[in-house]
Amino acid sequence: MSDKRKEKLDIDPARRRFLTDTLRTAVGVGLVALTLGVYQRQARALPATAIRPPGAGSEQDFQAACIRCGLCVRDCPYDTLKLAEVGDEVALGTPYFEARSVPCEMCDDIPCVKACPTGALDPALTKIAEARMGLAVVVDHESCIAFQGLRCEVCFNVCPVRGNAITLNYQHNERSGKHALFIPVVHSAACTGCGKCEKACILDEAAIKVFPIALAKGMLGKHYRLGWEQKARAGEALVTPDTPHDYNLPKGMHYEHAGRGLVIDEGEGAPASGAAPFSSNPLDTLNRKGGL
Amino acid sequence: MAAVPERPGAESIQVNGWWYAHRFLILRRVSQLTILGLFLIGPWFGLWLVKGNLASSLTLDTLPLSDPLVLLQVFASGHAPETTALIGGLIVLVFYLVVGGRVYCSWVCPINFVTDAAEWLRRRLGIKGGAHLSDKTRYWLLGAILVVAAISGSVAWELVNPVSMVFRGLVFGMGLAWGIVAAVFLLDLFVGRRAWCGHLCPVGAFYGLLGEGAVVRVSAVHRERCDDCMDCFAVCPEHQVIRPALKGADKGIGPVITSGHCTNCGRCIDVCGRNVFAFTTRFNNQPRREIAGSDPKSEVSS
Repeated sequence: MSDKRKEKLDIDPARRRFLTDTLRTAVGVGLVALTLGVYQRQARALPATAIRPPGAGSEQDFQAACIRCGLCVRDCPYDTLKLAEVGDEVALGTPYFEARSVPCEMCDDIPCVKACPTGALDPALTKIAEARMGLAVVVDHESCIAFQGLRCEVCFNVCPVRGNAITLNYQHNERSGKHALFIPVVHSAACTGCGKCEKACILDEAAIKVFPIALAKGMLGKHYRLGWEQKARAGEALVTPDTPHDYNLPKGMHYEHAGRGLVIDEGEGAPASGAAPFSSNPLDTLNRKGGL
Repeated sequence: MAAVPERPGAESIQVNGWWYAHRFLILRRVSQLTILGLFLIGPWFGLWLVKGNLASSLTLDTLPLSDPLVLLQVFASGHAPETTALIGGLIVLVFYLVVGGRVYCSWVCPINFVTDAAEWLRRRLGIKGGAHLSDKTRYWLLGAILVVAAISGSVAWELVNPVSMVFRGLVFGMGLAWGIVAAVFLLDLFVGRRAWCGHLCPVGAFYGLLGEGAVVRVSAVHRERCDDCMDCFAVCPEHQVIRPALKGADKGIGPVITSGHCTNCGRCIDVCGRNVFAFTTRFNNQPRREIAGSDPKSEVSS
């Protein structure tokens, strides 16, 4: 045993030194590589306020392709884009903008995409309305004054895809009982994430904000099927045949859902033309047995 | 071996005059500052001759130039760059294959100011020794950054690369990048001589590989004049490259410094009081006539 051990120690000192040095370097560099690997994972966590230029793919794809040259920044005519500096939360040297400071003006010729030498900003994007930089979200229903019944609609009016990306839904104002609420609703099918709504929001802290798509968008489970869509596609119910709903209506009328609505039958047994199906005397209804 | 002189180049200044004894140093500083200046007059004065930075740039809205190492990282992370970047990368690649890859280090790289300053101060303060770092570490690091890019699918090295960070910082905004400059300076000052550029920097390792067959080379053309004053060794950022060319006459080695790690900075030419060195091409590498033929292998080894 001790002989063997001695034999091992008899290794040529130069060779021993070479092996030790190599091992030392390899381990040192390995640790550096590991640290770098861990750090780049953290660097993928894009802060919610940082929006990528048009044509950028997922954060993973973007960080594989962006070489941080800043040519998109240089060709942005509105100085919207900037490169992340040391100390910023965005991956170092990559381009982004913050909607509340300077939103994207959605240039028709998309100069930033044209400037990109690597395709990190996808050159297939030629119509700016098809850009999906992020997605606007009405984040705070409590402070958005539209929900208080006040007229604002600033986000709706500044939207470059006006009437499509943000629509106003009219709802009853419960407080006053006689007014409408003009509620802004964002539609992901049209919103480019330019951020003009967030920039324009009149509150001290915007109630509508643009987030990176990954943060703003939900996704239905891939196995999910919506019955009515499947039915429309197949032309008939796929599981059990629909039983027709029996509307409990007075004689001489029927109800067509998603059609004409309440229909007063004509022909035999029908009420006289022009006559209402109900008695003209309201007391008849009140005195009816069994209540209403 | 004579002691490394504290003020190398003193003899050359006496013989050749101060300006001539600093001519390549001055030219290099002019080159580095001009390149930086070309990128800065756009943002400073609105005159857009060159846009972008060293990773990729566009000159006069026509000439694309891209860093081949950055493109290599992009390939490693699984993205195929567009034609513009590839053309730009090819132009830069061919340029450095001819003039020597590490010309990037000594004539372009902004970190060179920092490490040269650290080395100057180190010599003046008489700081010796330091951590034992293999100068092969840079190759390991070069391999490591490509492996990390491939595994992570991200150009990860550019998150921390001091070279691109500082140049981009100067052109687009430094943020806290001055801290990185200070770190590299202190590393070279205290941890080891030429620790960054000569041992660790994977960018330099890559460009060193590019320079292995470079045409433009420094040659010890008048090596018989050498009086072993050690001035060239003192100033050379990669001083292991000098010995074979300068002292190899007896072994039939030609006078051209063929190592890819010679940065073609020309500082050895500056400081030599006997004007041993000169720029030449790698093809002028016959051992001098007096000993020519003494070793037929010399032709092959060059």
